[in-house]
Amino acid sequence: MTAHANEFAVDVRGLRKRYGDVTAVDGIDLGIRRGEVFGLLGPNGAGKSTTVEILQGNRNRDAGEVSVLGTDPAKATRAWRSRVGIVWQDESAPAELTVRETVRHFAHYYPKPRDPEQVIGLVGLEAKAGSRIKALSGGQRRRLDVALGVIGDPELLLLDEPTTGFDPAARHQFWDLIRLLADEGTTILLTTHYLEEAEALANRLAIIARGRVVAEGEPQTLRDRFGTGATVEWTEPDGTTRAEHTETPTKAVADLMRRFDGEIPGLRVSRPTLEDVYLRLTGQGAAR
Amino acid sequence: MTTTTAAPVRTRGGAERLPSAWTIGLRRGALEIRQFFRQREQVVFTFSFPVVFLFLFASIFHDDVKGSGVTASQLYVPAMMASGIMSTSFQSLGISIAIERDEKVLRRLRGTPMPPAAYFLGKIWLVLCTGILETAILLAVGTTFYDVSLPSSATRWLDFAWIFVLGLTACALLGIAISSVPKSAKSASSVVVLPFLVLQFISGVYISIGTIPGWMLDIGALFPLKWLCQGLRGVFLPDSAKVLEQAGAWEFGRIALVLAAWCVGGLVLCLLTFRWKNRRDG
Repeated sequence: MTAHANEFAVDVRGLRKRYGDVTAVDGIDLGIRRGEVFGLLGPNGAGKSTTVEILQGNRNRDAGEVSVLGTDPAKATRAWRSRVGIVWQDESAPAELTVRETVRHFAHYYPKPRDPEQVIGLVGLEAKAGSRIKALSGGQRRRLDVALGVIGDPELLLLDEPTTGFDPAARHQFWDLIRLLADEGTTILLTTHYLEEAEALANRLAIIARGRVVAEGEPQTLRDRFGTGATVEWTEPDGTTRAEHTETPTKAVADLMRRFDGEIPGLRVSRPTLEDVYLRLTGQGAAR
Repeated sequence: MTTTTAAPVRTRGGAERLPSAWTIGLRRGALEIRQFFRQREQVVFTFSFPVVFLFLFASIFHDDVKGSGVTASQLYVPAMMASGIMSTSFQSLGISIAIERDEKVLRRLRGTPMPPAAYFLGKIWLVLCTGILETAILLAVGTTFYDVSLPSSATRWLDFAWIFVLGLTACALLGIAISSVPKSAKSASSVVVLPFLVLQFISGVYISIGTIPGWMLDIGALFPLKWLCQGLRGVFLPDSAKVLEQAGAWEFGRIALVLAAWCVGGLVLCLLTFRWKNRRDG
């Protein structure tokens, strides 16, 4: 099978998508290796969801080459769909059914599903297996969404902003679940606008803004590559706070020392965090 | 090999057999029926609506219809059965599928290897089940209170069977087709109920054929409800009532033709227009 020979689970070249006058995706390249957790990070409206929907085979593209598990998702077949698991941004499970009924039913769609009871356990819903879906909390519904995403034993799992609206405890539980799936060898693509989430889960990540990839790599590498220099902050005699981003912080401090003739009021020198890198790259960090 | 992830990479061959559309369709049917009957409110209102209307009309209008050998009450029994068949198929599906689309149930299904045909099959099973129940209830009320007798011959039962199946299927397919018209679930019931209500007036459900202007009847004759009503009158009323029909006959042959044509046309319409996502979702 050519799909097996392909090192990349997802291979995207020059992807473009416009909605009327708005360009949502403006030439994105992505390569996601088999077995890795890949984070697609960006602010709302950056083009994350559009990209993922195209990878799911649920949206047409205007231009570019897309290969998901060796197949163009625009020509998705049932066999291909059985190898790709999807967890949607908004929940959509039938309210009147119980968790167990729903998971069991979805298992029948797939040629080689996982054991429904095992999947219910995997997402931590054993205690709720007999409950109607309408009686579940938001976090529990999300867990059910993941259960339905993995019931077919997918090779690739696509998660679109899976933890939006979670409280911190629920988010950490969810992360554990994703790590568990990753440890089992599932290739995972997840979009998020939470930097800490991408940093906690992803082997590699791409930061996208205004429909383009502005940085790609391991979280540590991104910090090192884009987080050069430092920010020097001080207070002017009139009381205003000034900040300057510089590649030569020592020289900047020496210059200030000369200007103030001694102690510099409110002096602070800080190295950029990954968050600073993210905010700068996505054009949200104007104040920094 | 030095890799950062020690986990085995998940890959699979493509040799497994996918479950057939028929099998999944049966499972979906069972699931749809279970879901339907768990919504108490919906069950009560779906089934009581035509019964209440039958009670109202058949009790208000009960005089003999001259020269036909039947009472107005008797006329209302097949009329309300036809209306009940259309409400369990056309109206229920039109509204419920629009809601499922709005709540993204359809989009989720589209993301699985479930074949689209299995979804439609499941809906047909649901409609068959609720349609049979609805018809049985109306028939029980009709025979008990309004002097309608069950078909006396096997031929008439057979006519009843094909009229029921063709009429139900045609209306169900039209319901699936109209579900794509409303922009959101909020407007679904208005979009679906208005044409249904109009059809009931011009197809001889509420008002007898003899009272409706000819041009209205001609429009009604373009749609399945008129023929469904006529066919059921033919099954449940004595032949003396034929004089009330436009053609002075039951026209079973033409009924079969029109309903079958609507089954084919409705299927084509569904295949051409069915959407898995809302318009605003692209």
